[in-house]
Amino acid sequence: MPPLLELKNLRVSFPGPRGPVEVVSGVSFDLGRERLGIVGESGSGKSLTGRSILRLLRPPAKVSVDRLRFDGADLLAMSEREMRQVRGARISMVMQDPRYSLNPVMTVGDQIAEALKVHERIPRREVRERVMDMLDKVRIHDPERVMKLYPHEVSGGMGQRVMIAMMLIPKPDILIADEPTSALDVSVQAQVLDLIEEMIAEYGMGLILISHDLDLVARYCDRVLVMNQGEVVEELEAGGLHRAQHPYTRALLESVPRIDETRKVLPVMDRGAGVGT
Amino acid sequence: MTMHDWLTDDAPASRFQASAGQAWAITRAFGRNPLAVLGAVIIGALVFVSIFAPWLAPYSPVGQNLGARLLPPSSEYWLGTDELGRDIYSRILYGARITLLIVVMVALISAPLGLIIGAVAGYFGGWVDRTLMALTDVFLSLPKLIMALAFVAALGAGLQNAIIAIAVTAWPAYARIARAETLTFRNAEFIAAVRLQGASHLRVIAVHVVPLCLSSTIIRVTLDMAGIILTAAGLGFLGLGAQPPLPEWGAMISRGRSFILDQWWVATMPGFAIIIVSLGFCFLGDGLRDVLDPKQRDGR
Amino acid sequence: MTPALGIRNLYVRYGRTDVVQDVSISVEQGESYALVGESGSGKSTILRAAVGMVSDWRGEIEIDGTPRSSMAQADFARHCQMVFQDPYGSLHPRRTVDATLSEPLKIHNIGDRDHRVVEMMRSVGLNPRYRFRFPHQLSGGQRQRVAIARALMLDPKLLLLDEPTSALDVSVQAEILNLLVRLREERGLTYVFVTHALPVVSFLCDRLGVLHKGQLVEEAGVDKLRAGAFDEPYARELFAASLGAGDRVRHAV
Repeated sequence: MPPLLELKNLRVSFPGPRGPVEVVSGVSFDLGRERLGIVGESGSGKSLTGRSILRLLRPPAKVSVDRLRFDGADLLAMSEREMRQVRGARISMVMQDPRYSLNPVMTVGDQIAEALKVHERIPRREVRERVMDMLDKVRIHDPERVMKLYPHEVSGGMGQRVMIAMMLIPKPDILIADEPTSALDVSVQAQVLDLIEEMIAEYGMGLILISHDLDLVARYCDRVLVMNQGEVVEELEAGGLHRAQHPYTRALLESVPRIDETRKVLPVMDRGAGVGT
Repeated sequence: MTMHDWLTDDAPASRFQASAGQAWAITRAFGRNPLAVLGAVIIGALVFVSIFAPWLAPYSPVGQNLGARLLPPSSEYWLGTDELGRDIYSRILYGARITLLIVVMVALISAPLGLIIGAVAGYFGGWVDRTLMALTDVFLSLPKLIMALAFVAALGAGLQNAIIAIAVTAWPAYARIARAETLTFRNAEFIAAVRLQGASHLRVIAVHVVPLCLSSTIIRVTLDMAGIILTAAGLGFLGLGAQPPLPEWGAMISRGRSFILDQWWVATMPGFAIIIVSLGFCFLGDGLRDVLDPKQRDGR
Repeated sequence: MTPALGIRNLYVRYGRTDVVQDVSISVEQGESYALVGESGSGKSTILRAAVGMVSDWRGEIEIDGTPRSSMAQADFARHCQMVFQDPYGSLHPRRTVDATLSEPLKIHNIGDRDHRVVEMMRSVGLNPRYRFRFPHQLSGGQRQRVAIARALMLDPKLLLLDEPTSALDVSVQAEILNLLVRLREERGLTYVFVTHALPVVSFLCDRLGVLHKGQLVEEAGVDKLRAGAFDEPYARELFAASLGAGDRVRHAV
């Protein structure tokens, strides 16, 4: 059986003053109905990789890819119209900050219903039921009330849950979550990720979790790709973080303080003389 | 090390080299915009003509020659003559001085005034903001020309009073811009940081707030220049601005009005001058907008 | 010895609610103290009240034994400075590093500016070649170094740090944390560090106070944090949520 998503040799470049600058250089991976983590620091190209899969990058970004197949279909050959059928309905994306990704002048309930109606024709009554049902699933206890709220009236954690409900209600095959929790408090972070994990298991979806936090990705994924400067430097089984070989991955792991930290100095990456950060 | 290397050095050794390098970068970015360069050339020509009018003009701007009344453009009188036999070309050259004087004076009075009022209102907020903005709105709500008319009527006709009247009507727009700009960063942490270093409110406004509003105000002023010229021309046209025999362009059009059907050049030639200079300021303003922000300058 | 920062019975009001309620903290000279809590716990608000960015507060705030209210802004500036969370918002976008660092010297009429600016840049690990760069030409880590340098220009002894590393990548965070440790040693600084990240506290601080809904629920030494031996239920909860995967494994063993 072919994998759900095949990505081969993805390259993204932006025009710079001295010719094009490649920010993603040759990323390839296959995704089945599993949880894949992509880890990297800012500028590593991890978010661009996620967006390229949905063909969301616009000029001046230049994207070239040898192969981008989803469920047997070639995403590259699709028209913009066919692509819209895929986005949201079959591959969904949860972004970093719910406050910016929700429409501020539409109630939460309407927005979730909208996500459903765009992709499926169903009677109004049923729409309402499914929205309520979905909100209940993302552990919003009083969906009746929350449906009528506007995005600014809900907290960050609740907003992110609404986003997840919106993304999952069309029952997509793949969920791409780009830093879904970095705008949230630590205690809420775990709740949101547990929720994503649960939904993935229930629907049998594939997950791509993009984050800068190695620990977090390792906790919620089966497999982790470590990216640095546009390239995948290492692929790891989530349980085998401590077996990481690549110096970049090791440095990344080492540089995070532990909760029982006793080191006097944290190891830092060697960026070469004069570069500095 | 060549001059070019010295200017584009990415690690300047002194403050002087850094500012010279920056000026160079601004000039380079500006040079890449042909319309902006055209605008700068027009304005440069205006300044040049104002300074050297006595050497450039073939005739006196006020010397009457009743034998040569209302002559069409010819090799002798390039742009023709008016109803008193004065050479229109010479009058337009001398008129550039008046136009430049009006524009510069109005900009020098109204821009700083508006900038300060807007920055103060935006920075302090509360009742200061409400009071200053109420005042601004009163001025904004009246049509510019009508208000200028009222002021000139009260102060008496004349070039000086026209300048004051126009300046009084022009500042509210700058105050609004400066306030809006200030509001976007008044709660920014970099403002809080300077306050924490012990800077007085005056210093924060003068050194940190005003420079941030400056570029949008400068742009607005250059874009308004056309309007200022036209208001001045309007006042001149109504006989409330520069008084005869001063060769103010608006006044010239006004006089030419009576002959517009038979002797079109009398009103048209100064009209062209107004249009060209107005366009020049607009192009310049547009070009400055792209160049004055260091972030945008680097982006291209 | 008088505490570097003494706060007694502090209440801060936003609109109609007290976002900080009856908080008392005493930070000794040379100590590194962390205020920990989630968003809305009032941790940043306490710092903002101390520096005067929030005015509607009751209670007592003393810097080196002098009541905050009787200190002139200029005098206060030489005692206490603050480093903000967002290195993008805390630097003036149109001013070069040089202008930003010279500003406090100009305000306080301190001479020898060229020398001092270059010295300070070296001291925070910034190559002096960046001196005439604008903030947008620097990386996040470099900007945060500039912000720290600016805070130290007047040589204050008390530094208030409002989540200075939470907007940075982990490897850059490590560099900034190392820098803060080194600067504290070299200059004998006192830190009040606001954060939601317990591991950072463990690395940088001696003592911490846990805030919850505007109240100080527990104060503890950093040993107690490392051992995960908090007394209060909320502090335990926060501790559990902050454990990384690696930590979890180790604590399970």
